[in-house]
Amino acid sequence: MSKLYSGAEIVFKCLEDQKVKHIFGYPGGAVLPIYDELKNHSSIKHILVRHEQGAGHAAEGYARSSGKPGVVLVTSGPGATNVVTALTDAYMDSVPLVCISGQVPTHLIGTDAFQECDTTGITRPCTKHNWLVKDVNDLPRIIHEAFEVATTGRPGPVLVDIPKDIQFAKAKYKKPKKEKKLNGKSQNNYNQNQIDQLIELMSKSKRPIIYSGGGVINSGPKASDALREFVQITSFPITSTLQGLGAYPGDDNQFLGMLGMHGTYEANNAMHDCDLLINIGARFDDRITGKIDEFSPNSKKVHIDIDPSSINKIIKVDLAIVGDVTNVISKINKRINKKNNGFTKSNKQKIANWWEQIQKWRGKNSLNFINSDQNIKPQHAVQRLYELTKKKDTFITTEVGQHQMWAAQHYKFNKPNRWMTSGGLGTMGYGLPAAVGVQIAHPEKLVIDIAGEASVLMTMQEMSTAIQYNLPIKIFILNNQYMGMVRQWQELLHEKNYSESYSEALPDFMKMAEAYGCKGIKATDPSDLDDKIQEMLDYEGPVIFDCQVDPNENCFPMIPSGKPHNQMILGPKDQEENKIKGKGKALV
Amino acid sequence: MPKSKSAYSIPTKKQKSDTHIFVIWVDNEAGVLARVVGLFSGRGYNIESLAVAEVDAIKNISRITIVTTGTPQVIDQIKLQLKKLVPVHKVADFKREDKDVIFKEMALFKIVGNQRKMDKCINACKKFNPVILDQTKKSTVIQVTALRREIDKMNIKLKPLGLISTSRTGAVAMTRGAKIFNL
Repeated sequence: MSKLYSGAEIVFKCLEDQKVKHIFGYPGGAVLPIYDELKNHSSIKHILVRHEQGAGHAAEGYARSSGKPGVVLVTSGPGATNVVTALTDAYMDSVPLVCISGQVPTHLIGTDAFQECDTTGITRPCTKHNWLVKDVNDLPRIIHEAFEVATTGRPGPVLVDIPKDIQFAKAKYKKPKKEKKLNGKSQNNYNQNQIDQLIELMSKSKRPIIYSGGGVINSGPKASDALREFVQITSFPITSTLQGLGAYPGDDNQFLGMLGMHGTYEANNAMHDCDLLINIGARFDDRITGKIDEFSPNSKKVHIDIDPSSINKIIKVDLAIVGDVTNVISKINKRINKKNNGFTKSNKQKIANWWEQIQKWRGKNSLNFINSDQNIKPQHAVQRLYELTKKKDTFITTEVGQHQMWAAQHYKFNKPNRWMTSGGLGTMGYGLPAAVGVQIAHPEKLVIDIAGEASVLMTMQEMSTAIQYNLPIKIFILNNQYMGMVRQWQELLHEKNYSESYSEALPDFMKMAEAYGCKGIKATDPSDLDDKIQEMLDYEGPVIFDCQVDPNENCFPMIPSGKPHNQMILGPKDQEENKIKGKGKALV
Repeated sequence: MPKSKSAYSIPTKKQKSDTHIFVIWVDNEAGVLARVVGLFSGRGYNIESLAVAEVDAIKNISRITIVTTGTPQVIDQIKLQLKKLVPVHKVADFKREDKDVIFKEMALFKIVGNQRKMDKCINACKKFNPVILDQTKKSTVIQVTALRREIDKMNIKLKPLGLISTSRTGAVAMTRGAKIFNL
C-alpha cells in the first residue's frame, strides 16, 4: 500500500513534480496547513508579498519573463478577492498563473463563515478554469490538471480552492499523467493547404504587412526566431502590438514600430493601405483597430492564432490558421525555403514601391517631440534610459498610462520576454510587483519599472518585498503629478475639465525610499539626467527614482476614438503646421 | 456623426439577428451550468430558454439545450467560446428554421372553472398531444408538448377559459432520421 499524505503535503508534492521553484503568497487562517508544510520543501522558495494583488502581478512578471507558470498562494475571503485583479489581468493578457487559495472547512461552506467567500464563483469569469476541491483524493489530479490548463493552448490563469479540512485530510499521491487530453482541446488545427494559400497570397501581394502580437511571445523564444526568419526571407514590413514588442528587434529597419492608438504614423498608415495583412498571434484589440468599419479596408486578411475564438471575433478574415505560432511559422518558412527559392528576390522588387511609400511616412518622424532644456520631457527621459541600458540585457516593466506608451514608443526591445506590461486590462499598479517577480526569475539581470507616480502608489507597498528579498529593482517614476492619460483625454475631449486627475499631496518619494530602506534619487534638471540615471544603474540595491517631468506633455501620435488608422493626430510640431493651414483641431 | 466622448468607439451598423439552438454536452459536475450561463451573461449574449439534465449516468454527461438570438458573428463566437470551456465536450448549433431538427417544449396548464370550460380547454389543446395529469370537479392540469410559439398562443387562448397557472420547460432538440448531432 502506498503512503498516505495530507492535502498540504500533496500540494507541495504536486508543485515539486511541476518543477515549481518560487511561489508568491500571503498566509492566513485558511491556508495555514499549507504554510506549515512549506518548511519541509526546500526546493520551493516562498516570496512573501505585502498584498495579494502584488502576489498575482509578481507571478505574472515571473511567468512573462521566464515562460514558466507563476504560482500564487493566498488565503480565503479577502486573500482571494484581493488577487482577482491580477487574475483578470492575466486572463486578458494570456499569462499562465496557478493560484491556490485556502477555503473555510467544507462543513462551513455556505454559512457565511469568517473569511468565507464564494471564491470559485467570483473567479469563474476571470480564469480559464477553476476547481473547488471537495475530496482530498481528487487533489493531485486537480492540481496537475490546473497546470495543464494554465500552460496549454492560449495560456491563462487558473485557480484551485482548497478547504482547510481537505488540507489536513490524507490521501494517496498520484504523479501527473503524461499527455492528458482536455476534452480534445487541441492546439494545432490547420493543414498544409492553408499554408499554401498563405504563401500564394504572399506571392501576389504588392503592399503586405505583418502584424505580430503577444502570441509570439507566449509561444516561446523559438517563435521569435521563426518570426525573424519569416520577416527576413519575405522582406515584408512588420509592426507589433504592445504585448508583442521584443519578438522582433525594435531597432531593425523592417520594423515599423508599434501600431494602434499610440502607434507610429508609418505602422498605422501601412495597416490602412496594405493589400495583405498577416496577423500573427494578435487579437484585433480595439486599441489596435480604431474604427472597425474602416480598418484596413482594401486588404486580404490572414489570422494565425492558437485560440479559435479569436478568429472573426472583431475582424472578419479571409484566411484563418489555428495553431501555435512556432509551429505554424516554422512550417511556412520551411515551405518557402523549399518551394519558392526565388521568393526573396522577386518579392523585393514587387514590394519596392510599398517600401518607398513607407519611407515617406517614416519621414514624418511621428515619435518626435519638442525637447526642452528647462524641464525634463518624459520621452527624453525614456530615450536616455534606453541609451544608458541598451548594452545590458534589461527587463522593463511598466504601470499603465502615458509613461507606458512612452516606454513602448521609445524603448527598443531586441529580445522576447524583456517587456512586461498590462495591456488588456490596463492595471495601474502592475509594474512594481511585476518587477519583483521578474527579478526573482532573473536575479542577475537589470530590472526597471518605468512608472507613473499615480500608478506606482497603487502597489507601493511591494517595495517592502523588494527590500526583504534584496531585489535590486529600479523604480523609474516619470512624475508629472497628474494621472497623465486621464488628463490628456480630458484636455482633448472634455474641454480641459481636469476633473480629479491632479494628484494633490503626493508623497516625497525621496523620503519614501528612505522609509522603505532603499535609495532615492530625484532628477529635475535635464542636464543632470544622464548622471542621475547612471547613479541609479550603479547602485546595487533597489532604487526609487523620482524623475520630475513636464506635467503638460501629451502622448502622441494618437488615433482619436472612432477614427480609422489614417486619421492620426501627430505631435505638437505637426499640429503647429496644421494650425497655419487652418486644419488645427479638426481631427481631435 | 456624433463625436465619441470616451476612449472607446461608438457602435456602428447593426446586423440582422437569427434564432439558434445550441446543444452542449458537458461533464455533469458542480458549477458547470454556471460556467455556461455565466459565459452568456458575461459576454452579453441572450438566453431565450434553457433545458438541462444528465443524459448519461455512467459517463457523467449532461446535455444542455439553449435557445439564443444573435448576429452570425455572435453565434459563431458563442460556439467557439463554449468549446473553450474545460468541461464542455461537444457543441452543436442549428437555426430554428432547420427542417432536419425537431424541437419541442413542454407546458403544464392549470385550469380552474366549470366542466364546460375545462372541456373547451382540453379540446383546444387537442393538436398538442394533451395529457390530463390531474382532474377534480373544479380544476384540471393539462400537459402539452409543442413549439414555443404554439405554447405562447395557447397561453393567451386559455386565459379566458380559466387558465390560472402555466409552467413550461425550455426547448429540447433532436435531429430527424438516423444521424446524430455532430461537432
